[in-house]
Amino acid sequence: MATAEVRHELFGHAEQKNYLNCSKGALSWLLTLDHKRIGIMYLIGVSVALLLAGFFALMLRTHLYYGDSSFLALKWLFGEAANYNANKVYNQMFTLHGAIMVFSFIIPSVPAALGNMVLPMMLGAKDVAFPRLNLASFYLWVFGTGFLIVALMNGGLDTGWTFYTPYSIETDTGVVYATMGAFILGFSSIFTGINFLVTVNTMRAPGMGWYGMPLFLWSLYATAIIQILATPVLGITLLMLIAERMLGIGIFNPKFGGDPVLFQHFFWFYSHPAVYIMILPAMGVISELISVHAQKRIFGYSFIAFSSVAIALLGFLVWGHHMFTSGQSIVVNLIFSAITFSVAIPSAVKVFNWLATLYKGSIALNTPMCYALSFIFLFGIGGLTGLFLATLSTDIHLHDTYFVVAHFHFVMVGGTLTAFLGGMFHWWPKFFGRMYNDFLGRIGCFLVFAGFNLTFFPQFVMGARGMPRRYASYDPEFQIFHQWSTIGAFVLGIGIVLSFAVLLHAVWFGRKVAGNPWGAGSLEWQSSSPPSFHNFDHKPIFHDPYDFDALVYDKGLDTYVAREFMDPNQVPERVPVTH
Amino acid sequence: MAVADTHHHDHHDHGEFIAHHFDNAEQQFDSGKLGIWVFLVTEVLFFSGLFVAYILWRYHHPEIFQQAHVFLDKVLGGINTVVLLFSSLTMALAVRCSQMSNNRGTAFYTLITMVCAAIFLGVKAIEYSHKWDQGILVRSMWAYTLDHQEAKLGIAQQLGVSDWLIWLSIVPAILLGVFIVASVTATLMAKPIWSKFYAGLAITVGGYFLGALGGQIYMKNYEAREAAGTAQVSPLVLHADDKAAASAQQHDHTGEHAGEHGHAGEHHDSHHPDPKSLDRDVGVFFSIYYCMTGLHAFHILGGIAFLSWIYFRSLKGHWRSDYFGPVEYVGLYWHLVDLIWIYLFPMLYLID
Amino acid sequence: MFPQILNFLSQADYVNKYVDQFGPNGARSPDSSYWFPEQASSIARSNDSLYMAIFWVSTAFFLAIVGVMCYFVIKYRRRPGVCPQPSSSHNTTIEILWSVLPSILLVWFFYQGAWDYLISKYPPEGAEEVVVTGKKWDWTFTYPDGDQASELHLVLDRPTKLVMRSEDVLHSFFVPAFRQKMDVVPGRYTYYYVKPTMDGIFRVFCTEYCGDNHSGMKTWCHVHKDDATRKAKTEWINKDHKAWENGERLFKLNCAGCHNINGVAATGPALNAIWGSEESLIDGTKVKVDENYVSESIKYPNAKVVAGYGPVSKMQTFEGKLSNQDIDYLIAYFKHLKQPGSGDTAGAPATGAEGNGSAAPAAEPAKTEEPKAEPAADKPAEGTGG
Repeated sequence: MATAEVRHELFGHAEQKNYLNCSKGALSWLLTLDHKRIGIMYLIGVSVALLLAGFFALMLRTHLYYGDSSFLALKWLFGEAANYNANKVYNQMFTLHGAIMVFSFIIPSVPAALGNMVLPMMLGAKDVAFPRLNLASFYLWVFGTGFLIVALMNGGLDTGWTFYTPYSIETDTGVVYATMGAFILGFSSIFTGINFLVTVNTMRAPGMGWYGMPLFLWSLYATAIIQILATPVLGITLLMLIAERMLGIGIFNPKFGGDPVLFQHFFWFYSHPAVYIMILPAMGVISELISVHAQKRIFGYSFIAFSSVAIALLGFLVWGHHMFTSGQSIVVNLIFSAITFSVAIPSAVKVFNWLATLYKGSIALNTPMCYALSFIFLFGIGGLTGLFLATLSTDIHLHDTYFVVAHFHFVMVGGTLTAFLGGMFHWWPKFFGRMYNDFLGRIGCFLVFAGFNLTFFPQFVMGARGMPRRYASYDPEFQIFHQWSTIGAFVLGIGIVLSFAVLLHAVWFGRKVAGNPWGAGSLEWQSSSPPSFHNFDHKPIFHDPYDFDALVYDKGLDTYVAREFMDPNQVPERVPVTH
Repeated sequence: MAVADTHHHDHHDHGEFIAHHFDNAEQQFDSGKLGIWVFLVTEVLFFSGLFVAYILWRYHHPEIFQQAHVFLDKVLGGINTVVLLFSSLTMALAVRCSQMSNNRGTAFYTLITMVCAAIFLGVKAIEYSHKWDQGILVRSMWAYTLDHQEAKLGIAQQLGVSDWLIWLSIVPAILLGVFIVASVTATLMAKPIWSKFYAGLAITVGGYFLGALGGQIYMKNYEAREAAGTAQVSPLVLHADDKAAASAQQHDHTGEHAGEHGHAGEHHDSHHPDPKSLDRDVGVFFSIYYCMTGLHAFHILGGIAFLSWIYFRSLKGHWRSDYFGPVEYVGLYWHLVDLIWIYLFPMLYLID
Repeated sequence: MFPQILNFLSQADYVNKYVDQFGPNGARSPDSSYWFPEQASSIARSNDSLYMAIFWVSTAFFLAIVGVMCYFVIKYRRRPGVCPQPSSSHNTTIEILWSVLPSILLVWFFYQGAWDYLISKYPPEGAEEVVVTGKKWDWTFTYPDGDQASELHLVLDRPTKLVMRSEDVLHSFFVPAFRQKMDVVPGRYTYYYVKPTMDGIFRVFCTEYCGDNHSGMKTWCHVHKDDATRKAKTEWINKDHKAWENGERLFKLNCAGCHNINGVAATGPALNAIWGSEESLIDGTKVKVDENYVSESIKYPNAKVVAGYGPVSKMQTFEGKLSNQDIDYLIAYFKHLKQPGSGDTAGAPATGAEGNGSAAPAAEPAKTEEPKAEPAADKPAEGTGG
């Protein structure tokens, strides 16, 4: 049994000597090899990307409040003297919103920011397998995003984030800069994937077999597989696009005998698995949030673990469902539709498993749990609306309409962003040793939830009625939906900003907490908060991460500790605490 | 591109080579090994896009792909293949030396590998410049001319080579000068390791010039055979000939070419296509040719950079029988680059 | 320095143009339901029914999920002093049931969707053909007799096949009321089948982003009760020559040197009867002479050389000499040669040469259509445009 001093050192709140203050100065951060600091730098970076892309979204939603293109024509600012081509500006906004969100925010958010902070500690390791490669990944992210910004300033980008040819070959905007940016961001993603895959394979704590891993790690592992296999194909596709644009190699350009639909095949061969890069880590986060905050072992562990890998692999076989109306053959359409349905089942069963986890649990309605419940609601809608799009006949009607826009926002924002925010609220006390204002956190969650629904639910109706996507102006019958959607977008924006503010405030002014305020069983919680530079001052003792009975509440430290470390003078208490 | 690798040892720590976050050397080695293999998988997928493009184009334009390879020289391609295979052998020997703590051997064989890589690039420079002279470019820029461009640069004329070769060789020439100077300087400053390192790099760049020289000698011989009419010709060329026979335009060219000396030798016009009537679609083949060989050459360059890092560390005596991981990882990368060429050579040069 | 503002169809124009169809507020057609536009084609009803089936099943599942979630959150909320009760974390029976039962529903959705899709891809014999040309940023429609208009005019209950091509970048032809959509691709032809079952005026959108005025690339589809009404009410453009007459002129200028129309093989094969026939190539395969094949052969004569004219074609390429519009005219001419009068609008069916209507779904040619290999632009495969 450990003494009180040792317990405090190991599991208490670490005011001195934690990874945040063990070294000072800008260079100690910019040249750090500590995965936790790299994770925080990623966090800052992707948050900036989120706000920038979100700003573009608010601009274009404001423009769409009025169906006549007057907002971005800037007549309200410059009067009749304004002669901006409103459509051109609109096209740039939706393109940059998409490109920055997809490449600079959503893909790196959970794996690179949250994953970097959490993965090594969850494994019981001191760091990832290749810390310098990790830092290189971060700088590649910075350079890639930088190139996207450079594109913004050199003609902008108006091809749509999908860069379809031949338009992307002939438009005079900064396509080459933007594709270079996406190419570099791809390498950031690949190196993160290599790092995580090797780390999980070789650096698990002694005693932690594959089935002893928390589900977040399984999801990051499956994501790493996708990052490794799919992203290089995006890389070569973008290189070929640049070669087509600059040299005229004639692969995608029909003027030189190329095939524009071939570009779509190459592009979606990466971009469909990419959406699983976006959602699998998010689902992993939700598995952790639900089990910890209901203090209940996750239901159907094996299924969830295997389904993550199954989704990762099956996801490579369905890219053609983005191209049902591209002119590809009927046989090909039938095959892709059939396989797409097969990918739907594992995701649905995960939702059932989470619900079964809540059964007979002890559910604390704190901010992380609110985000998790919000995820089930929003991802449920997102996934179910995917069925309409997997079905061939209905997809012909719905493709390239707002129905698709609503579907993917439900899964990406309602799914990934919600899980990302929930994960931040869950792990914040661990990495900063501070607790945030939970009431305001829940308000933020509610605003995100309500604003999001208001923004995107009307878009389903619009899409089924025929409103095409990427339109700067529209027929009057769609106006009421656009207006609701715009109002919702601002509510959503306020919710996100509020959530960020709550978290930031906590870093300096939050109540100090010790190592394991939630009573979670995975290894990262067996350390002080914030953790020390080397993560663990002792070798973490592996036990089942979902065995909540193995934890007891230590009143002195106001934290949970493993039974092996409990204070012998206390009566072991198992009852979950409400924070 | 960044390096997929493990970590070299901390200098302050009695030569301890295990990085801090690993528990033991075995974990470090296993991690590095898995890491490099996974990285190689990403490289294969990276090239796979171009392989798929090749397959599709070949399927849709068999009449071009079956004939266009004759524009490529099998002998030069074959030389490159042999050179790369040999470099894989020397790389394997380098790995073996490092496993036996033989740092001198590792340095020696690594240097040979780098020289072979540079020879490859030199031969490639000859191939590329020769083609660019004839306007053999990608699809949109296809401008095949009956004759080679005349050299305009003074140096090119003196050496009897193409302008393009001079342009390609500027950077190697500068690097050669820099490395020689650096090596001499390091010797004078009594830094033997740096001196040997720069000397090695200079020798590597010398390999490029060696390859270019060899290629140039071969090309002279080839052009002589072309003039004598004994060189192999593409049926696409003959096809254009039929059309040429029907129109009188061709005969004007004969007179013009009789006195030209773009490169050594004259051109027998019955074996050359009328550039106006040759389908520009042959440029389709060359689009894919330049993309694939260009990307491959870029990887060779990267490989030389990694090899020079290994070379430096060999000179510093880092390798021991219980620590040689990085040599093995770079070796694996090098073998993959070689393997990709083993695919490219038959696909582009040989099959018809 | 800054480009001009484009003119869009303003709200006033939208309403005024067809004010007798729509109310003064530009309201939706009274035939529309809340969720959908009016059901104006033969496939719309089954499309909507399947959509609603998926909708109700999804709603049921969703309400069940959210209901259970809310119930659990309330019933098992954390209370001070109360431990979570033990329950199993694994139940094979339940897990199998909730995997298999939804799968059955999904199989139904797939099957029904695939069936409806296949029906929508194969028009019956004798479908009328209208050639659609998309370019930034408007549509041009060429009718069987060569007349052209900038709006689509169809006849009620007449199966129609749109043969579509783009002049520049990708576009997509979408009529929400028909529930049908197909991309319009440069370098090849794609096909769109519709049988309009409601007369009226319906919106047509471009739904593949194509640049600055993508949102303005809209037009109207009019469905008329009969041919006479169509002829009378359409604003025709290009009234001078029929399409096939232009094609005849081009043929005499460019092709007659090597090809004749007397059935006699010369430097090149005779072309009077080739339309829709099966030709054998020098490598032994067969190809059907349709729009894609003709267009490809004009631009890349060596791609598919007819047997007896190889090994290398003597034909020069006309890429750059004949525009895509010229090629369309030549195709109209070949169709006319095969079946004179195929250009009349008196309700005579267009030549059955396309053959797409005759191919049953199961007879889809088993080409080497691997999922990964999308044929390049010039592959003249029938039904691939489907």
